[in-house]
Amino acid sequence: MELWYSEFHTGNVKLSVRINRQLFSGESEFQRIDVFESEEFGRFVALDGEIVFSDKDEFIYDEMVTHVPMTVHPNVKNVLIIGGGDGGVARELIHYPQIESIDVVESDKMFVDVCAEMFPDIAQGLKDERVNIYYEDGLRFLRNKKARYDLIINDSTDPLGHTEGLFTKEFYGSCYTALRDDGIMVYQHGSPFYDEDEVECRKMHRKVFRSFPVSRVYQAHIPTCPSGYWLFGFASKKYHPLEDFRPERFDDLNIETWYYTTNLHRGAFMLPKYVEDLLEEEENSL
Amino acid sequence: MDYERQQHAPIYEALERFRKKRVVPFDVPGHKRGRGNPELAQLLGEKCVGLDVNSMKPLDNLCHPVSVIREAEELAADAFGAAHAFLMVGGTTSAVQSMILSVCKAGDKIILPRNVHKSAINALVLCGAIPVYVNPEVNAQLGISLGMEVSQVEKAMDENPDAVAVLVNNPTYYGICSDLRTIVKKAHARGMKVLADEAHGTHLYFGRNLPVSGMAAGADMAAVSMHKSGGSLTQSSLLLLNKSMNAEKVRQIINLTQTTSASYLLLSSLDISRRNLALRGEESFEKVAGMAQYAREEINEIGGYYAYGMDLINGTSVFDFDVTKLSIYTLGNGLAGIEVYDLLRDEYDIQIEFGDICNILAYISIGDRLQDIERLVGALADIERLYKKDSTGMLSGEYIAPAVVASPQQAFYAEKESLPMEQAAGRISGEFVMCYPPGIPILAPGEMVTQEIVEYILYARDKGCSMQGMEDPKVEHLQVLKGGI
Repeated sequence: MELWYSEFHTGNVKLSVRINRQLFSGESEFQRIDVFESEEFGRFVALDGEIVFSDKDEFIYDEMVTHVPMTVHPNVKNVLIIGGGDGGVARELIHYPQIESIDVVESDKMFVDVCAEMFPDIAQGLKDERVNIYYEDGLRFLRNKKARYDLIINDSTDPLGHTEGLFTKEFYGSCYTALRDDGIMVYQHGSPFYDEDEVECRKMHRKVFRSFPVSRVYQAHIPTCPSGYWLFGFASKKYHPLEDFRPERFDDLNIETWYYTTNLHRGAFMLPKYVEDLLEEEENSL
Repeated sequence: MDYERQQHAPIYEALERFRKKRVVPFDVPGHKRGRGNPELAQLLGEKCVGLDVNSMKPLDNLCHPVSVIREAEELAADAFGAAHAFLMVGGTTSAVQSMILSVCKAGDKIILPRNVHKSAINALVLCGAIPVYVNPEVNAQLGISLGMEVSQVEKAMDENPDAVAVLVNNPTYYGICSDLRTIVKKAHARGMKVLADEAHGTHLYFGRNLPVSGMAAGADMAAVSMHKSGGSLTQSSLLLLNKSMNAEKVRQIINLTQTTSASYLLLSSLDISRRNLALRGEESFEKVAGMAQYAREEINEIGGYYAYGMDLINGTSVFDFDVTKLSIYTLGNGLAGIEVYDLLRDEYDIQIEFGDICNILAYISIGDRLQDIERLVGALADIERLYKKDSTGMLSGEYIAPAVVASPQQAFYAEKESLPMEQAAGRISGEFVMCYPPGIPILAPGEMVTQEIVEYILYARDKGCSMQGMEDPKVEHLQVLKGGI
C-alpha cells in the first residue's frame, strides 16, 4: 500500500510525503485540520492542506522566533503570541525566568485541542502558569491594547488563509500600539523563493518597514516550507537585532536547543543577495 | 411560496441537460464553447465558456419565453410574492427604465425623490416625461438625504394631480426607507402607480425583521438588484409586477431596449440565486444582519466614527432602516468618506462600496466572514490612529434642492455650449454631474446651475470623488444650454 500526502508549493511544484496513516481530520469554524503520521517527518499537522509543522522540523521555527528577540531585548516581561495554539513557542519562552506573562491568542479552539492530544510534548508549553490562552480573533484582541507588551510573536502561518488579517497594515499598526516603547515584534515573513510567495514577502516588508523604526529580516532552513527556505521579520521600536545582541543572555541560561546558537544568530541576518535586493527595493519604493 | 417547487432551477437544469448532450455547435457564439478563444477559456474556465450559449428551443428565449425561462420567471414571481417577474440582463438600470417607460409617456409627470439613481432620470430623457422632485429631508450631521416624508409626497400629489406615478427608493443606498405602505395607499387613491427602486433591497423579500418590500407594500412594480444582496452575477436583475400591471405590455417595453442575445451565465445565475434565496435566504440574511450589527458596535467603540442604524428612525423621513447596511459617518475624524475609501484600498487592501463627502458604505453580504469584518474594523481603527485630522473647514454633504427649468429630454437634446465650471452659475445644465458611486445626480439636464452647486462639485472633485456624467473628464467645463428655453 502506498499513501501519499501532497501539497502544492506552486501550481507546478509539489511536496509529497509518504503517510503511514491519518490520525485526525476535522473541520473547524475556520479551517480544515488534518494530522498525519509519516515515516520521514513523524507526525505533522496540515491546515487547509498546508503543512504547519511536523515533529521533525518544528524546533527550527519555534527556536528562531523565540531566542532571537530574547537575546536582543534586555528585559522581556510580558509576551503576546498571536496564533501559537500548538504551544511550541510558549515551550521555548518558559525557559526565561524574567518573563512574567505569556498571552496566547488563538482563534481556533479545535486546533489547540487537536495539538494537545496529538503533540503532547509540544503542547506542554501551554501548561506553564504564566501562560493564558484567549480564544479570540487576533486583530480584535489587539484593538484596544496600548503599551502592554515587550514582545509580540506572530505565529500565524498563512498570509492567504483565514489568518490573512494578521499580515496586514492594520495588524502591524495594532502591534505597534500594543508594544511598549522598546518593544519587539517577530513575525513570519514567508519564503522569498517562488514568484507568488515573493510577492507576499515584498508586501509584508513594505508594510512593516513603514510601521516600525527598525525592520530587519532573518532566515532559517525549514524542510516542509515551500522551497525549504523561510524568512522571519524582526520589527522593533528601539533595539537592533545585531547591535543590541547580547549572547550571554542566552548562554547564561544553558537552554538546550537544536537549531539556534548565538553564532547562528549573527549569520541568520546575513541574507542572500537576491533577498537583500528585493527587500531593499521595497524599502526604496516609498 | 411553494417550497416544493422552489427546489427547482429550470434554467440551470436545462443547461445541465444540454451540456450532457454534447451538441456540435454550428450557431453563435463564435468562440464555440471557448475552443476558438483559448485565453478566454483559460481565464474563465472551460465550464463557464461552455455555458455561454445561444438561445435555442431546449433553452428557451428571453424575448418570448415559453418553457424553462418562463418557468424560472414564474418561480421568481412566487419567491418574491409578485404576480409576474421578468429576468433582466441589462442591470437594474434596465429594470428601472422599463418601469418608468411602462407608465410614462412624453409630457407625463412622475413624482420622484431627488436622490434617485441616474438610471431613472435617463429614462425621462428617453420618454420625455417631466420629473416632479420631492425634496427629501436631510440629516444635517450625516449629510445624507433621507426618505420621502408622506406629507411631502402628498403635497406633490396635490400640486400635481395629473402625475401618473410615484417612484420610491426602497431602501436608499444608505439603508433608509420611506413609509412605502402609506405612499402606495395615497397614490392608488389618486390613480397613480407606485414604482419601487429596490436596487438595494433584494433581501427585504426574504429576511426577517427587515423593512417591508415593494411587492408586500402593494407597489405596482419593483426593480430588484439580484446581483447586489441576492448573490447573482453582476448585471443580472429582476423586474417584479403586481396584479395591477399588464405583463405582456411590460414585456413589449422591455424588448424595446433589451438584447436579443441574453447571456445564459446571467440567466442561470438569477435562477440559482432565486432558489438559494427561497430556500436559505432567511437564515443567510439573519447572519448578514448579525455581522453588520457587530461591526457597528465595534466601529462605534473606536471613536470619531458613527456607524448608524435603527437609531436614525424617526417615523417620517426615516420610517425604517435596513440593518444589513453598514454606513459609517467619518467626518468626526476630519476625513471625508472618500478619503477613508481611498485609504482603505491603497493602504489596507480593502475595497468598500463607496465613499461620499461624509460617509462610507461597506457592503456586507452572504459572502462575508467574521474575520473579514475584523479586518475592516481593524483598518478603521488604524486609520483613526494614523490619519485623524481636525475637521474644521470640511464641507458636509448638504442637500441642494434642484430647480427644474426644462425637461431632461428637452435639455438633453438642446443646443449646448461648454463653459468653465466657475462661470456656469446662472445657466441651465445640459448634462449630468454626479459622484459615482452612489450615482445620485448633483445636477441633471434641465436644471439651473447655482454658485452653491458649482462649489460643491469642485469640492467633491478635489477630495477625489470619481465624477461622472460630464463630457469633460477633468471636470473643469460644464455643458450648458445655449440661450434659454
